Amino acid sequence: MKSTAVATPSMWERMDPRRLMGGVSQHRVLASAAVLAVLPLLVPYPALAINVLIYGLFAAGFNLVFGYTGLLSLGHAALFGTGAYGCGIAIAVLGLPWYAAILVGLVFSTVSAALIGGLAIRTRGVYFGMVTLALAQCLYFLFYQWVSVTGGESGLRGVMVPSIDIGPIHLDLFDPVQKYYFLLAFVVLALMAFSRILDSPFGAVIEGIRENENRARASGYNVWFLKWMSFVLSGLFCGLAGALNAIHLGVVSIDSLFYTTSGTVVMMVLLGGMGTFFGPFVGAAAFLSLEDITANWTSHWQLIAGLVFIACVRFFPRGIWGSILARLRA
Amino acid sequence: MMEEPIIRAEGISRRFGGFVALREVSLSFRSGELASIIGPNGAGKSTLFNILSGSLAPTDGRILFEGNDVTGLPQHRFVHAGISKSFQITNVFPQLSVHENVRVAAQAMVAGKNFWSRRSRLIETDETARALLVEVGLEGVARRRAGELAHGQQRALEIAMAMACEPRLLLLDEPTAGMSPEETKDMVQLIEGLARSRTVILVEHKMKMVLGISQRVIVLHHGELLADGTPDQIRNDANVKRVYLGQGRH
Repeated sequence: MKSTAVATPSMWERMDPRRLMGGVSQHRVLASAAVLAVLPLLVPYPALAINVLIYGLFAAGFNLVFGYTGLLSLGHAALFGTGAYGCGIAIAVLGLPWYAAILVGLVFSTVSAALIGGLAIRTRGVYFGMVTLALAQCLYFLFYQWVSVTGGESGLRGVMVPSIDIGPIHLDLFDPVQKYYFLLAFVVLALMAFSRILDSPFGAVIEGIRENENRARASGYNVWFLKWMSFVLSGLFCGLAGALNAIHLGVVSIDSLFYTTSGTVVMMVLLGGMGTFFGPFVGAAAFLSLEDITANWTSHWQLIAGLVFIACVRFFPRGIWGSILARLRA
Repeated sequence: MMEEPIIRAEGISRRFGGFVALREVSLSFRSGELASIIGPNGAGKSTLFNILSGSLAPTDGRILFEGNDVTGLPQHRFVHAGISKSFQITNVFPQLSVHENVRVAAQAMVAGKNFWSRRSRLIETDETARALLVEVGLEGVARRRAGELAHGQQRALEIAMAMACEPRLLLLDEPTAGMSPEETKDMVQLIEGLARSRTVILVEHKMKMVLGISQRVIVLHHGELLADGTPDQIRNDANVKRVYLGQGRH
């Protein structure tokens, strides 16, 4: 195999995984959207695909803080949950239309992120994890006890969005496939925004902060502010995931704010590959499939999930997608 | 008329709990000077270095940079004012490429107004980074990960990063620490080159090197100023001989 001309690489060269990967990463949003668009055909039933979509977006938002900025937040359930409650309350209590409700959800989650981030970013390392966990649990108990609005322990019911009408387009959300593509539109928009953030000077410097905070500070960056900004932006993505989940399920469960949800998203990102663009979706798919399969055998499925997780972290510290990328680029 | 010094420390003290690391030190540096701060361990060199570079605020006293009071400002404001530093222990972004290390550092100065623009549009930062890598002799390893470089190369990379904000005052904390004689020679050459167009202040341990390259040497002892003069004056200073040179080091 020799190249025919300098300007036009041969087919073999084009098939070279490194070249291929270069092309794919240049069009990462398009590539991700293409995979997600065919996902319903690859999984046994649409509900699983919808969960992969929503939790993948949640994990991507978490990945901005964890994988790119290097902050292990153990309180991201607060951002997902407040997004879900904001959207749910807007629909079920205030009777707002779905698009306004999503905005309310985003306001809830972004404000929560600004507050939690503002208080937690003064601390570092494991203390940062503890403070985010504690603050998220405060929000959990607030929503738990605010029964008149949130429904408390039994969750918020009646988040009904039966159909969507945008101009001539009519979508029936009782049809899971139509619902999937409705949600996918939001996820793709979010991924475009996400990719754009990573492509900015901000995206470059948060990776610098992850690598060496002192060096970033000595280079003239306001590290506190940049970490906070990353947390707030993360709140936007996680809150959107929460709001979409509220529309998807028609209820908001109090568990969406519970610390186990924060733990789940950590596992998803580690399984998929921290600091990679598509890894969170791979991680969400792996985690949810594992849950789906093992929960049929035993009610102690978390035990199996835990073992698989330990094995993954031990043998594939880069995660599934991270390991694949590393191999293709090597 | 006296020229305004580039940086002036007025009555700087720093206490850590009950321990006084620096006691009422007053100093000023002329623009374009290549000066070194030396002293035995615990003399307060690092404390003074950290205060001049903005990583530590003094307990008492003021720091004036180009006539402006910068006392107590956060580190990143010092950088934007025109003061940059390198670390004693190598501090780079290990997982990023060598080029990206310098590019991220250079971007800090222009990113303020373009913080959400596309990275590829910030062509000038790319060019700044490339030029700096040529200046410190790392253009050949620009695409390698910074963590893979040899120790001496990482130190050079750090200097390039410190230079990325185009500082008028460059502070270097033991730039030749842990270096082989050859690497030290390269570094000395690099520092002399940098000092041609800006003020450079070193904190150093290697007496011979300090006396060789500095125009001015400041000796600290127990947190106080012991001597301040040209290398020749310092060599012949009785106090310095007693506390420092007389110990038979270097």
